[in-house]
Amino acid sequence: MILRRLWEHDLAWSFRRSPVTIVATALTLIWVGAALLAPWVSPQDPFDMASLNLSDAFTPPAWDEKGIGRYPLGTDNQGRDILSTIMHGARISLGVGLAAVLFALVLGVSLGLLAGYLGGRVEAIIMRIADVQLSFPAILIALLIDGVARVALPGDRHDELAIPVLVLAIGFAGWVQYARTVRGSTMVEKSKEYVQAARVIGRRPLAIMLSHVLPNVMGPVLVIATIHIATAIITEATLSFLGVGVPATRPSLGTLIRIGNEFLYSGEWWITLFPGIALVVLVLSVNLLGDWLRDALNPKLR
Amino acid sequence: MPLLSLERVSRDFDVSRPWLNRMLEHEPRRVLRAVDGVSFEVESGETLALVGESGCGKSTVARLIVGLYAPTEGRVVFHGRRLQMIFQDPYASLNPRWRVRDIVGEPIRFLGTGARVEELLVQVGLSADDGDKYPHEFSGGQRQRISIARALGGEPDFLVCDEPTSALDVSVQAQILNLMSDLQSRLGLTYLFISHNLAVVSQVADRVGVMYLGRMVELSPAGMLFSRPRHPYTRMLLDAVPDLGMSGKSRTPVRGEVPNPLAPPSGCPFHPRCPHANDRCRRELPEFIDGVACHAVAERRI
Repeated sequence: MILRRLWEHDLAWSFRRSPVTIVATALTLIWVGAALLAPWVSPQDPFDMASLNLSDAFTPPAWDEKGIGRYPLGTDNQGRDILSTIMHGARISLGVGLAAVLFALVLGVSLGLLAGYLGGRVEAIIMRIADVQLSFPAILIALLIDGVARVALPGDRHDELAIPVLVLAIGFAGWVQYARTVRGSTMVEKSKEYVQAARVIGRRPLAIMLSHVLPNVMGPVLVIATIHIATAIITEATLSFLGVGVPATRPSLGTLIRIGNEFLYSGEWWITLFPGIALVVLVLSVNLLGDWLRDALNPKLR
Repeated sequence: MPLLSLERVSRDFDVSRPWLNRMLEHEPRRVLRAVDGVSFEVESGETLALVGESGCGKSTVARLIVGLYAPTEGRVVFHGRRLQMIFQDPYASLNPRWRVRDIVGEPIRFLGTGARVEELLVQVGLSADDGDKYPHEFSGGQRQRISIARALGGEPDFLVCDEPTSALDVSVQAQILNLMSDLQSRLGLTYLFISHNLAVVSQVADRVGVMYLGRMVELSPAGMLFSRPRHPYTRMLLDAVPDLGMSGKSRTPVRGEVPNPLAPPSGCPFHPRCPHANDRCRRELPEFIDGVACHAVAERRI
């Protein structure tokens, strides 16, 4: 019964008609699966120094004449299996991306709701901060926060806290678009009579914001969040590529690309190419999914 | 003691442009006086109707009474148990994401009244199982019934009805009006009924107040107002009602437009459109004496 209603829902209908979206969803699911199950399905644990064999370093992919069957995509400079590091790297990239988006979403939606509902000085302050932040590139904001954290935290603590710091940095760099969207929709909803009815009943502003306005402004937010996941993964990869992201002992896709980059000109192309392809496929499929969601939820394009 | 009294209530709205524009273009602040010194009393059990053209301030009076706006000057005194409000647009006054059960139950839960959702739904002519549905599953008239059920959930003794039928089909209007008068006699409710439809007002009202440009210009018992209108504006309004009996009596067509409320005319606000205006009308604001604010009536010129 529920499955049937889901199948006949507008979204399901537009989903079935778009082969690109089906492929993108399949790829995304494969990625999420690989990332979640990495510790159990990957051929090797790249973080376990004991299982690494330095004499296997720089093994080319399995189809090369010097390749070894155990390492289908070859190994890096420390003898780590590229396929395994990609799976573990995707785990970190996806995890950081999702957490950063969640952080940006909660922050942006809260501030947007407050600005749109309360108006006046609160709105002016929040939106001017947003305008100022919008005039800087997101990557610069993230670099700035990461840099401050590096100075503030003692050296040995920094590597442990690298991932939470990264999540905060990327999240802070992205809250503005949520806040702007939510503020706009909140102003529309606030003027509707159902909000006035709740005020006549005597409900407090916070209760009205959370129980009445919030459910009615979340539609566009979900679309932004989906597309933002792809952007956040790219930002994380960029930071890690620049060497300010996750530490090399727990590499994300960006870290892998940076490590491989050093060996690109000496002929070991597979160390950087495969993580690069992995990143492109992951980001592209999440992005396509977001584009589809945006179009499917837009009544003007139906 | 009257159930509700308004004592020289005024309400201003700041409609100035943003601060930066005002500074750059040397514009002063602009204040719109939507309601200007309105006084009246409502006795328990009666229906007082407020009529007037769009923008005359009647909806602002409704929102001042239920506390959605605070008066700039004067005061609103309510001696009853509780006020509730029924809104104009049944498509905007119900939260689209909430089930009817939760919408009607909100005042019960929040105000802790002993009302029951099922009984309220039956009382307004819906079925008890309609509580599981969402607002979009209902027609405009049914939605207005839900809105009435929600208002009754707060167990009010005073209902402010802001054009409760003007968004509905004529046939449905009659049903809603019948329901409202039925509820009034059964529950002993007092109504403030706002409308621009004189036919509806003549059906429901015990007394009628006529508003023009934020002021009360005439307040009389309904029978007297419709048979012997005193203020020239009331006469003009009544003459504008279509005459289905084709009685052939001569009528004064509506002259002129409502002036800009940001720059109200000097003296009596109606003088630019009034056929009886003289120099005094252009200079002095008429006092509200014996239910009418008009120099010509006070001087027995008409």
